[in-house]
Amino acid sequence: MTTPELELGLDTFGYITVDESGQPLAPDVVIRNYVEEAVLADSVGIDSFNIGEHYRPDFMDSAAHVVLAAIAGRTKRIRLGTAVTVLSTQDPVRVYTNFATLDAVSNGRAQLVVGRGSLTESFPLFGFDLADYEELFEEKLDLLTRLLRDQPVTWSGKFRSPLVNQYVTPALPEGHLPTWVGVGGSPQSVVRAARYGLPLMLAVIGGPPGRFAPLVELYKRALDAYGHAPLPIGMHSHGYIARTDQEAVDIQWPYWKETFEKAALERGWARPTMARFQAERADGSLYIGSPETVATKIAAMMRLLGLSRFDLAYATGRMPHPQRLATIELYGREVIPRVRELLADHPVPPISSSYPAKAVTAPTHV
Amino acid sequence: MSSGETGERRLGIVGAGRVGTTIARAAIAAGYDVAISGSGGAERIALIVEVLAPGARAVTTEEVVAHSDVIVLAVPMHRFRELPRDLFAGKILIDAMNYWEEIDGVDQELATAPAGTSILVQERFPSARVVKSLNHITYYKFDEGRRPHGAPGRIAMAAAGDDRAAVAAVMQLVDRLGFDAVDAGPLEAGLALEPDGPVFGVSYSADELSSLLWPAASSA
Repeated sequence: MTTPELELGLDTFGYITVDESGQPLAPDVVIRNYVEEAVLADSVGIDSFNIGEHYRPDFMDSAAHVVLAAIAGRTKRIRLGTAVTVLSTQDPVRVYTNFATLDAVSNGRAQLVVGRGSLTESFPLFGFDLADYEELFEEKLDLLTRLLRDQPVTWSGKFRSPLVNQYVTPALPEGHLPTWVGVGGSPQSVVRAARYGLPLMLAVIGGPPGRFAPLVELYKRALDAYGHAPLPIGMHSHGYIARTDQEAVDIQWPYWKETFEKAALERGWARPTMARFQAERADGSLYIGSPETVATKIAAMMRLLGLSRFDLAYATGRMPHPQRLATIELYGREVIPRVRELLADHPVPPISSSYPAKAVTAPTHV
Repeated sequence: MSSGETGERRLGIVGAGRVGTTIARAAIAAGYDVAISGSGGAERIALIVEVLAPGARAVTTEEVVAHSDVIVLAVPMHRFRELPRDLFAGKILIDAMNYWEEIDGVDQELATAPAGTSILVQERFPSARVVKSLNHITYYKFDEGRRPHGAPGRIAMAAAGDDRAAVAAVMQLVDRLGFDAVDAGPLEAGLALEPDGPVFGVSYSADELSSLLWPAASSA
């Protein structure tokens, strides 16, 4: 019996950051910098470090498993995951081999959040039609869960060659490689996560978190309808922590504004304003402020929605590396202990029940 | 010819995703008898509707059409061409859809529609009375932004359409849902309500929305 536990992690997209003079850093420097950020996260007691998946000039996260393996070699405790793996355009067999191997080299610390992703550049890049996204995700999730649970796998689908009585290595010890489904707010996606018996990660980039209560209820009802025990639910949102509320606002605002100005142009969203930024900070889904402000807000939201996991997408935009390190330090040393204190009596489903992998004993001669 | 909305409060919704269930919830709260459909059989959306829009009935799309003279179309935009051309014959069809490249894929016709995507919806369903509305406010405002008629701080929603009786009926629906209604003009004026347009995604009062949609009139 595993004691119910909270997971408080960090998510990054590997933003191309700037130096103190405002000049963008080279991609290789950016990647080594966020490896350092993960090493710091481990040393200050953060539970997990999770990397996104994009193929864009402003995000250096196109091969999360490679970076996570580098982090694994320099850390002992922190869980290493994704936020999210765009499963729709990946081969589930390759996802399995990469992350089962990461699990081995990290001594059981690998985890996944799989989703469709909210940006779509991977579809043309890997030769998929975005119009197939529902079918693609469904089929690939089906194969991935089979690989995690039912080896050897006999499987056929529309988008890749069939597998016949196939073992894929390395085998995972039972309970390893917990795999969550990341959703943006589509009820159908929530029901699908429940149907597969996988824990749910809500990606929330704006608006009051309480509006997700009906989706949480839907997930619980759907788990029950499909005959699954309760599973953990988590949330990913943006934030930044500094010594005081004002300092946090002053540091994060220009980069947040720049990032969402760009998104407004590219995606047709409303333009960012200071009023909206402050409203999101007060009642919405921005976790920006002093350690006490942010801890109180995280704990209230987790209690309201009955969550057991929160991933802070820390330091939005091109914010320089030293300021990223500063916020990681405060998150680990002050925010997380305070959230745990505030949620000491908060019941959550045991994480262990969410582990999809069953023990696989592959014959050694296959 | 029936103009749709009058005394009777019945609404049909095609599409049981985030937008469809959100509008259903608002309509239930406004006392409507709501029928809603997703793709495929009613049983596929029964749980979603029961939890997200309690009181609405999950049915087939054909039953939605039979249920009401006013139908909200809230399917992912790349799917509307899969529906039969005469499915909505004579009905007021509220186009609540938006084209999002990240959901709908690259669709040149939708991406470059010079007079807005609702014109393409009208072309697809020539016998329907298409009105563009319910598409331009952040969807959770349907839950949190509802106010009684005349209440201070009420948010506005616009309606654009060539069938003026249909526009009037949709404006009555908008008001009953809890929002001030603004006439945006003919269907092609619906372009201004789309992503990238001047009013998309932000909550405005009726005066603000009117002045953004009718800048010449308000400065005169």
